Amino acid sequence: MTTPEENRYAKSHEYIHLDGDIGTIGITEYAQKELGDVVFLELPKVGSELDLGDELGSIESVKAVSELFCPVSGEVIEVNEALADKPELVNTDPYGDGWMIKIRCKNVDEVDVLMSAEEYEEYVEKEAGH
Amino acid sequence: MGGDSPSAGPLKRTPLFDVESELGGKMVDFGGWELPVQYTSILEEHKAVRERAGLFDVSHMGEITVAGPQALDFLQKLTCNDVSKLQDGRCQYNGLLYPTAGFVDDILIYQNAPSDYLIVVNASNADKDFEWFRECAKDFDVELRNVSDQYAQLALQGPASERILQTLTELDLSAIKYYRFRRGKVDGIDAIVSRTGYTGEDGFEVYVAPQHAGDLFRKILEAGKPFDAIPAGLGARDTLRLEARMALYGNDIDQTTTPLEADLGWIVKLDKGDFFGADVLRREKGEGVRRKLVGFEMIDRGIGRHGYPVVDGTQKIGIVTSGTHSPTLKKAIGLAYVTVEKAEVGSELLIMIRGKETKARVVPTPFYKRAK
Repeated sequence: MTTPEENRYAKSHEYIHLDGDIGTIGITEYAQKELGDVVFLELPKVGSELDLGDELGSIESVKAVSELFCPVSGEVIEVNEALADKPELVNTDPYGDGWMIKIRCKNVDEVDVLMSAEEYEEYVEKEAGH
Repeated sequence: MGGDSPSAGPLKRTPLFDVESELGGKMVDFGGWELPVQYTSILEEHKAVRERAGLFDVSHMGEITVAGPQALDFLQKLTCNDVSKLQDGRCQYNGLLYPTAGFVDDILIYQNAPSDYLIVVNASNADKDFEWFRECAKDFDVELRNVSDQYAQLALQGPASERILQTLTELDLSAIKYYRFRRGKVDGIDAIVSRTGYTGEDGFEVYVAPQHAGDLFRKILEAGKPFDAIPAGLGARDTLRLEARMALYGNDIDQTTTPLEADLGWIVKLDKGDFFGADVLRREKGEGVRRKLVGFEMIDRGIGRHGYPVVDGTQKIGIVTSGTHSPTLKKAIGLAYVTVEKAEVGSELLIMIRGKETKARVVPTPFYKRAK
């Protein structure tokens, strides 16, 4: 499993990549594998204000639907429009072209409580092993 | 994440567990069995079956034999389809019913002889069915055996199935028509080969002794290589069967639903003589059913999935029993029980998807039918 070092990770399997106070959010490689083929996503509108832990939207795969949670607080400044036509980008490139939203963080310190790549890998191993 | 409901106790494994794990199968708990939900992708495996061929392990299915002088009478009493219409070497889809006309199970009956039948039942119902058979057998001269452990079952499905399987057997597969079977050797192994399946595509189901299943699975895949056949998991099996509108026990039918409500009137033969549930079905036929299982496709975005309510204002008028994204049609489809007033093709339905009324429309089924 490839888990980019520069991201932070939530227990609900979203990642955030911080650049200044702008965070790019998507789901992890492990999450996309668990979900299987993604067929569409429901994402918030640009301008939406989200709090840490808010439902960010939902992701529908052939076999199941899952909720997405926002790992930080802030304002949505961009939504990945490409996913409307190509939801499969979430499967093929979750950390790259499969990103979901960009958010202007209210408080960048919030990411500190999220897991590092190493911690997330350990967490996933435990979850997968149950 | 995921729609797999974990069951209590240790998971059972089919004789193909090792082969499947080796081939990259993503194993999940499926009604107490550890089986691959997919190998690479449900969409890819679905497409392979519609266009080429896919190989499924369905060894978890149960098998029961019914033999003896009154075998036919016994099966006639317990089921709603007319077993007397069967001939040696033919299979029949049938409903095993309670006196309430609710389903004990939906089954396939293979006739070896009028006094000798093989019944293929759903995995999760195998023990329950056998108990029901035993209870009902007291008044009949029949011998019952639960032989589920003696058979592994492989399903090769897709338009290339005949060409692939023919390379491994001397049986003339072209002579085995739809819903017929033969006994013979496949790759040198004693097998029952039937032209049946649960995908809406041409294909075969092959029953062999468990110890040979692993080798045969690999052999069929090897023979399928020139046709780009691939192993397929239960995820694709579910999308395939739903497109073909084949019922799934526990979702679309169960002990609370009758064959007429499930729109399976073609397996209800009221003129065949008395059977469990006949009175109820006769009444339903006369008065009409109150609810009916219909096919729907989503108008609004979303997928109506198993258990979601169908509403009309503040009233619940039905429930979704199966729902998915159809890989062939590229839209969201499903089955739902709704009140008869809403059951007509074209009726608009409102499905509650996570607290939101979402529009769907009743459509004709099957959603997908293969070109002949």
